[in-house]
Amino acid sequence: MDMHIQYSLFILFLPLLAFLIQIFFGKRLPRQGDWVSISAIFTTLFFALIMFISMLTNYNPDFKQEASFVWLDMGEFQIRLGFLIDNITIIMLLIVALISTCTHIFSIKYLEDDIRYSRYFAYLGLFTFSMNGIVLANNLMSMYMFWELVGVSSYLLIGHWFEKKSAANASKKAFLTNRVGDIGFFIGIMLIYNAVGSFAFSDVFSGVSSGLIAGTTLTIAGLGLFMGAMGKSSQFPLHIWLPDAMEGPTPVSALMHAATMVAAGVYLSVRIFPILTPDALLLVAYVGGFTAFFAASIAITQSDIKKVLAYSTVSQLGYMILAVGTGVYTAAFFHLLTHAMFKANLFYGSGSVIHSMHHALHKKHDHHTDPQDMNNMGGFKDKMPITYWSMLLSTMAIAGVPIFSGFLSKDAILAGTLSFAQHNPQHFLLAIFGFGAAAITAFYMFRMMFLTFHGNPKIPDLIDDIHESPKEMTGPLILLGGLSFFIWYTLPNYNPFSTYGWFTDLVKPMNAVVPGNMTAEEIEAGAHHAHYLAMYVSIGVAAFGIFLSWLFYIKKGLSAEVWAKRWGFLYDWSINKYYFDENYDKYIYQPTLRLAEKIAWIDWELYDKYFINGFGRLINWVSKISGKIDYDFIDQIIVDGTGKAASLFGRTFKKIQTGKLQNYVLYVTAGVIILMVIQSF
Amino acid sequence: MDQLNNYLFIAAALFSIGLFGVMTRRNGIAVLMGVELILNAANINFIAFSRFGGMNLDGHIFGLIVIVLAAAEAAVALAIVINIYNNMNTINIDDASTMKE
Repeated sequence: MDMHIQYSLFILFLPLLAFLIQIFFGKRLPRQGDWVSISAIFTTLFFALIMFISMLTNYNPDFKQEASFVWLDMGEFQIRLGFLIDNITIIMLLIVALISTCTHIFSIKYLEDDIRYSRYFAYLGLFTFSMNGIVLANNLMSMYMFWELVGVSSYLLIGHWFEKKSAANASKKAFLTNRVGDIGFFIGIMLIYNAVGSFAFSDVFSGVSSGLIAGTTLTIAGLGLFMGAMGKSSQFPLHIWLPDAMEGPTPVSALMHAATMVAAGVYLSVRIFPILTPDALLLVAYVGGFTAFFAASIAITQSDIKKVLAYSTVSQLGYMILAVGTGVYTAAFFHLLTHAMFKANLFYGSGSVIHSMHHALHKKHDHHTDPQDMNNMGGFKDKMPITYWSMLLSTMAIAGVPIFSGFLSKDAILAGTLSFAQHNPQHFLLAIFGFGAAAITAFYMFRMMFLTFHGNPKIPDLIDDIHESPKEMTGPLILLGGLSFFIWYTLPNYNPFSTYGWFTDLVKPMNAVVPGNMTAEEIEAGAHHAHYLAMYVSIGVAAFGIFLSWLFYIKKGLSAEVWAKRWGFLYDWSINKYYFDENYDKYIYQPTLRLAEKIAWIDWELYDKYFINGFGRLINWVSKISGKIDYDFIDQIIVDGTGKAASLFGRTFKKIQTGKLQNYVLYVTAGVIILMVIQSF
Repeated sequence: MDQLNNYLFIAAALFSIGLFGVMTRRNGIAVLMGVELILNAANINFIAFSRFGGMNLDGHIFGLIVIVLAAAEAAVALAIVINIYNNMNTINIDDASTMKE
């Protein structure tokens, strides 16, 4: 067996093993068994690193390993499951392993004294297992299975503190919203299987290029698959679950809602990019662009530190989807990589702040103040220097400041979008979404930093109890803060304004297999052409956003309150998340509930009472009649009659049994004579 | 004189006598004797048909078989009669009707 396949098996199944050990024996192990999960995830990271290093040493952009086995064999109908390992897979495996490892370590202190400590680590293992399954899948079928497993483990992790009603609801909401997307995913899979007869990506691609499925059907199938991605990557209009999912423990947010689970949707879109038709891609681009812009506009007004990050995640995922839609899908994957690092770090940073707030409030016996509300923070900069500097690096990355990773990836996306808009001027809105979201991102991220770390403490007597978090928490912060620099993603090139490096060398865009799509070279040439313009504009809008933020929250040259009043309705919309939850409640949930009540009424009053009960009464009546027939006719006449007849015959004919031998001889002789007489006629 | 009919008459007479004996005698031994007469009536028929029908010795063979059979039958039947006598102190066959209801 190939080394990559072997290592992948370890990477896939070690977290599952840790999950099984933890869920069954976790409570009885010393330290509640966290070392089991942590050693498993470290081994996974080790293998992922080896694979990554071997990828870098081979430096082969066409590297591809596939292995599969027959999972279901019913004659003609066969389902094969297997692994597909190429450079994208290896990079993704490293992201998952790295962020998962950081999360494990971070959680040691963050969830210290938690009542379900061992179960928490078990679920982290299950989650990592399912995510690795998605990454390794070479076919839509096993991807769908692991996709659902990710859904389940996210449900379990978001609802970790299920005693809190909001957490229980959030987990339910996440699960159900994902289901909506998964229906589309499933329809897409079935459409493709119906046409191509296989689930494997390679067969699907060759089937599409040979025209087995084309036109509207292919568009619908592609959009179906993309609907799954919309659910997982929380794209408009299925974005509503992600902000609520912040009810989960913060390290979980870092793992799932920044780096891995939501990345699954983008990963799927990157994998299926070659089969998306131009129509589908256009819709993908608009969904992504709109999500990027609109989530960013919500993040501006949020006061909960995790909600800001949540909407910023939705917005950044929108960027990635936008990149897929405009054809620069390697840029989407690049942004996925860089975003995973800096967004996970931002979540760890916010976790560190919340942890510290929580302890400070606990010391004061204050259980009413919200430890996540930025209106209660301020001035933490000197108290928590490591957290501050690490978060600042990641904030600069996400805001798109040069020499940081986010600048490069966002720039690649914006270049692709700008090129798309230049080629199709009627879609200029996409570019506006892109650059507008970039400006807003810079603004709200620095707003978050300023409100949390700068200025005067909003609760002055709390500040003395704010301390830097323990080593287990600052370790991941330092590591990922370091990974926010551009250099890691462009080696061996040192130009901070150019994307070129190992990533662009190793992850080459594939041509779409749909006939008539733009080729990868054309897209790349367009993006290259638009690169400098996009770069200047993106630096400009980022600087503008940061400056505005500084003006509002440091210099106080502009008052946030006054501006909020002046743009009252916009402010209202933004702080209330455009009333999405309310409108969904009003126009979807409530009508559905009312409809369900009506249907329940029909079910009970009509169906149950008349049809089911009537059927029962009918059966009762029929069985009474048939019982009567059975007893009175069959039993009495046929069965008993046979017996009675036999008895009658017996009584009649026993009279001729006289016991006298000569009588019998007489009968025989008489019989013979009678026969002879009959014969003679 | 040497005609088939004569033999058949004798055989029929013998059969009738035998049948009459079987049907009327009360004594078990006498009944057996009737049976012997019936068997020998059949023997005569066999021989007669064999001779006048031009069937070589086929009838004779059957006659011999019937004689052997009659001997075996007589042995079994006499044993039965002896058993009846042992159990009931009589050989009147009308008394051997205990299986009657």
